[in-house]
Amino acid sequence: MANAEAHVEGQQHPIGIYFKIWALLFVLSAFSYAVDYYHLEGGLRWSLILIFMILKAGLIVAVFMHMMWERMALMCAILLPMTFIVVFIFLMTSEADYTFALRDFFFAVGGA
Amino acid sequence: MSQVQPGETALPEGMKGIVSDWSSDQRAFKGVPWGKAMMWVFLLSDTFIFSCFLLSYMTVRMTTTVAWPPVSEIFALSFGGEPIPLILIAIMTFILISSSGTMAMAVRFGYQRNRKATAILLVVTAIFGASFVGMQAFEWTKLILEEGVRPWGNPFGAAQFGSVFFMITGFHGFHVSVGVIFLLIVARKVIRGDYDKGTKGFFTSRPGNYEIVETMGLYWHFVDLVWIFIFAFFYLW
Repeated sequence: MANAEAHVEGQQHPIGIYFKIWALLFVLSAFSYAVDYYHLEGGLRWSLILIFMILKAGLIVAVFMHMMWERMALMCAILLPMTFIVVFIFLMTSEADYTFALRDFFFAVGGA
Repeated sequence: MSQVQPGETALPEGMKGIVSDWSSDQRAFKGVPWGKAMMWVFLLSDTFIFSCFLLSYMTVRMTTTVAWPPVSEIFALSFGGEPIPLILIAIMTFILISSSGTMAMAVRFGYQRNRKATAILLVVTAIFGASFVGMQAFEWTKLILEEGVRPWGNPFGAAQFGSVFFMITGFHGFHVSVGVIFLLIVARKVIRGDYDKGTKGFFTSRPGNYEIVETMGLYWHFVDLVWIFIFAFFYLW
């Protein structure tokens, strides 16, 4: 792949791929809007929102930002640190659960 | 992408590529101009800023004992008939995605040295961006003046709603505004032929080339990327 484009300057790809991704992003956005429009609730709502969000973000990073054509060194240097945010999410959810439990307890019984 | 110059051997790909790139002298990011590598590093730091905002939003929303305001209804808009939930936010999403599409094509035409197409696409991207900021200003005005939402309270529910809304969408709108200004600057440089003649830029006083359009594009796509997360977590959740 890289060798075939070796002598072309910078990131040049067929324009069709941008139109395809553009259309795909429109469809995915319409789907995520439909999740709200049709009042889906609970686990189904949250998982659909997350799936469409991750697909859209992945398409933009991979194609529009050309990450799929970059070398592995840049990919890992940028994308690997971003995954550490997941750890932060787990930390904050457990902290938030604890705070909520405390508030629930003290607001309900006045701490007695 | 690896650019093989005459007299050079091809660079190894994949995991072997990581080891050889990082253990090589002088530069780890082969075939990537320094400005683009630095933009990626900046975007990584910006990712952490926005994830801190979204995580603090998650924390206040999880810990509040008061019900969270009905976001879908607050951002509903009626065009003469029944109010349509979240319609303005949906339009803003489509506008920002379209601006990403035109930006991606501007990068391509830049590398092909098609100055006119590049500049037109950059200006169209800037117009999309400016209309996005305009709609956001409309949304803020409506929320502040008509609904009485304040950073410390609102008539719908949990008080944290206002501060989270103004902080996150405000910071994102600021990013879009800065992007619009820089898009117009780059468009002017493209149409003037600065990147063909090697005119020195005001920022670095170095001659630029069409890689700057791609670096600009990375920033712009990132702004779109952040909006996707805000749309999912703040407006839809």
